[in-house]
Amino acid sequence: MATTTALSPADASPVRRGLRSPVNQRRWQNFRANRRGYWSLWIFLVLFGLSLCAEFIANDRPLVASYKGEMLFPVVIDYPEEKFGGFLAQTDYRSDFIRDEINANGWMIWPPIRYSYGTVNSNIPHSAPTAPFWLMSKEERCSGYAGGAEDPNCVLGNLNWLGTDDQARDVMARMIYGFRISVLFGLALTIASAIVGVSAGAVQGYFGGWTDLLMQRFIEIWSSMPVLYILLIIAAILPPGFFVLLGIMLLFSWVGFVGVVRAEFLRARNFEYVNAARALGVGNATIMWRHLLPNAMVATLTFLPFILSGSITTLTSLDFLGFGMPPGSPSLGEMIAQGKSNLQAPWLGLTAFVVMSVMLSLLIFVGEATRDAFDPRKTFR
Amino acid sequence: MSPEPLSAETPLLSIRNLAVAFHQGGRTSTAVDGVSFDIRRGEVVALVGESGSGKSVTANSILKLLPYPAASYPAGEILFKGKDLLRALDADLRKVRGNDITMIFQEPMTSLNPLHPIERQIGEILELHQGLKGEAARKRVLELLHQVGIREPEKRLAAYPHELSGGQRQRVMIAMALANRPELLIADEPTTALDVTVQAQILALLKGLKDEHGMSMLFITHDLGIVRKIADRVCVMTKGKIVETGPTAEVFANPQHAYTKHLLASEPRGRPPTSDPSRPTVIEGKDVKVWFPIRAGFLRRTVDHVKAVDGIDLTLRAGQTLGIVGESGSGKTTLGLALTRLIGSKGRIAFLGQDIAGFGHGEMRPLRRRMQVVFQDPYGSLSPRMPITDIIGEGLGVHEPGLSAGERDKRVAAALEEVGLEPATRWRYPHEFSGGQRQRIAIARAMVLKPAFVMLDEPTSALDMSVQAQVVDLLRDLQAKHDLAYLFISHDLKVVRALANDIIVMRFGKVVEHGPTERIVTAPAEDYTRALMAAAFNIEAVPTGQIQQ
Repeated sequence: MATTTALSPADASPVRRGLRSPVNQRRWQNFRANRRGYWSLWIFLVLFGLSLCAEFIANDRPLVASYKGEMLFPVVIDYPEEKFGGFLAQTDYRSDFIRDEINANGWMIWPPIRYSYGTVNSNIPHSAPTAPFWLMSKEERCSGYAGGAEDPNCVLGNLNWLGTDDQARDVMARMIYGFRISVLFGLALTIASAIVGVSAGAVQGYFGGWTDLLMQRFIEIWSSMPVLYILLIIAAILPPGFFVLLGIMLLFSWVGFVGVVRAEFLRARNFEYVNAARALGVGNATIMWRHLLPNAMVATLTFLPFILSGSITTLTSLDFLGFGMPPGSPSLGEMIAQGKSNLQAPWLGLTAFVVMSVMLSLLIFVGEATRDAFDPRKTFR
Repeated sequence: MSPEPLSAETPLLSIRNLAVAFHQGGRTSTAVDGVSFDIRRGEVVALVGESGSGKSVTANSILKLLPYPAASYPAGEILFKGKDLLRALDADLRKVRGNDITMIFQEPMTSLNPLHPIERQIGEILELHQGLKGEAARKRVLELLHQVGIREPEKRLAAYPHELSGGQRQRVMIAMALANRPELLIADEPTTALDVTVQAQILALLKGLKDEHGMSMLFITHDLGIVRKIADRVCVMTKGKIVETGPTAEVFANPQHAYTKHLLASEPRGRPPTSDPSRPTVIEGKDVKVWFPIRAGFLRRTVDHVKAVDGIDLTLRAGQTLGIVGESGSGKTTLGLALTRLIGSKGRIAFLGQDIAGFGHGEMRPLRRRMQVVFQDPYGSLSPRMPITDIIGEGLGVHEPGLSAGERDKRVAAALEEVGLEPATRWRYPHEFSGGQRQRIAIARAMVLKPAFVMLDEPTSALDMSVQAQVVDLLRDLQAKHDLAYLFISHDLKVVRALANDIIVMRFGKVVEHGPTERIVTAPAEDYTRALMAAAFNIEAVPTGQIQQ
């Protein structure tokens, strides 16, 4: 039942629009009321933020170095090795020669983990994969170094916190970089497919008739293609890479948005305020953007976190099968594949499993909270 | 369960000091505050009030149909034959619901299950409370359908709700309510969604059934005309309280409370401008036709047409109002949409001397400025996501793109002032306004562009009575001030009479009668018009066959 709102002599405060509009404020309140989703969002944002700075956390170059009185920033600037008396185009700061040279003429500050995702640890105690250092005695973990347990290089940053994979690369570093690339890939794919899908759904729903009919038939045929096989075939022809994979998967993933957006536009295009806008002479594009899209955005935003986790899973499974990112890239799927073929090294599979499950759970919790926040009928007591 | 002899002393239902509170988001609001009234056997009590007055909440509380635990009862009791329903167990309550006390609702379409045929809808209640099944149940269903005046009930048993008209659906609802010979029937605005002609029939039916069965009725409505026609006693409610109660004739003749006086005085008044054939023509339609094709067969060939508007001629002059009246489905709204080129049509339409019949979207855009529309539903016609200033300013953005932000703001403020709203309220969102205020905003949106012609599509039918009168007054003032031409589409003849100087009576897409308002209202030439007027002004049912059921 409608209640009559008595209007007091109103304050002339300018209207709150956009993110600060009353509707969005209520949504934010609802979102915060879901404690699990709210905290999941913060944890996820912190993890994602940290992984964006992966170069400063896990890298095979020092953050800052002082060499013969000159301040160097190897983490951001490539210095040729001849600067330090070597001959390579890129300096390998981990090599004994360069390390001793810099330490003799200055100092270096390393990131907490002295490995990048591709760095091979040449001082592993035994053949790869090696276990996390805390599973070994001090003598054992330093046995790869010339000086044994007393070697000055056998320090925390040089040890493999989560062990190494079968090519003696640091699992911790690969995990951080792999997490970042998964989330970035998921975000890029989700946003791109949302843009394509929402536009297609909007056009279909708004114009209806033949446009809708033809596009709907096309989508039916398109979405009944065996996506995974097509991905495998294309991946075999085109050189694999981040953007090639993104493009291929975008070809099919936008379809998921069309249904909800189309339905929302079909429903809302006969709303009286849309008719009213038409009677004012407002153009089609403006009506779609200003009056109809906000309706459809609720359904779309509710959908987003689930599409995001779906995209991440797809990338991981392609990597697992070996059709994903090019060899050598950090990838959780590849780590799972390694874990499968090295059952004697459980830290590989376990790391990948924990990262995947934490990441997907966080996204799903955030998704649930978003869905509740956008539900106009949901009440919190 | 034959009706017991009437005894005036023991009320059938007695509501004592009822209070209903709603909790939402940590806040508690009181919807009903200390309401008391009695319903005696065989008596019709009307609960009158505007929307938000708490009348429906009171009625729903009797059978505990509110959303619990959001709703609660801090105080009061509802005694039905001496038993307190508020504190009854759910199991006991279920025996009362649909058996001793039944309800009919406003919207007959959504109150019936669209997937069940009529026989099953009514049969379910019989089975639940009386254990009737098979042939016995069918016999009773037929009897009930016959009672509520559905013709050829045998053929209707297998019909689904969508195959019935609004009036027939409401009759089925009544049949369901009567199935167990209730002692009390609660009717919550049972005729608000229906045409005036059908409304008169339903009211006559309810009155007849009441007399026949000796049941009591609680009638909830905002329409005083209906109250006068049907109720023995009336309780006037506002803001959750009953402010006046008494025998209907007494309350109407001698209202005590200020609110009752205000309600009684709120019928649309005033007279329209006089017809003046010398004024310039604003819009003219010649043989306007809107035919929707019916396609059939494999190749979807057009086999026939639904003739929504079938050859209408009309002329509307500056400063004048043309009323289009008719039952729902008569094509009056379609005609309005065709004239404003919101749907395609055939025939000549001249707007300000320019033939616009073939105009497309782009050609129409500059003309839209001089041709505005106000829609029926003030809740649906304002985008809930835009503040008022954007809603009103949207048209200015299209038609006067050169306007600076400050100038546009000034125009919006002026338009709000013109329709009687505080300009400072332009920063608010539509949900902060009442229905009448929203309709004023919709009118301001049309007026800000300074149109010559406004199509008003039932602008008052979603509003409360007293608000209707205010909106009619506002429209008349605006017309006089800006020399506007109105095309006023309505099924409410009282409002049309107060605003239109000419009337077109439409039926099945054709003109039944056309002429000056006073002539049509007082001396209709056609039988159909006569029936319509009787139903509208006296709530008199006319013999079936004359009008649609």
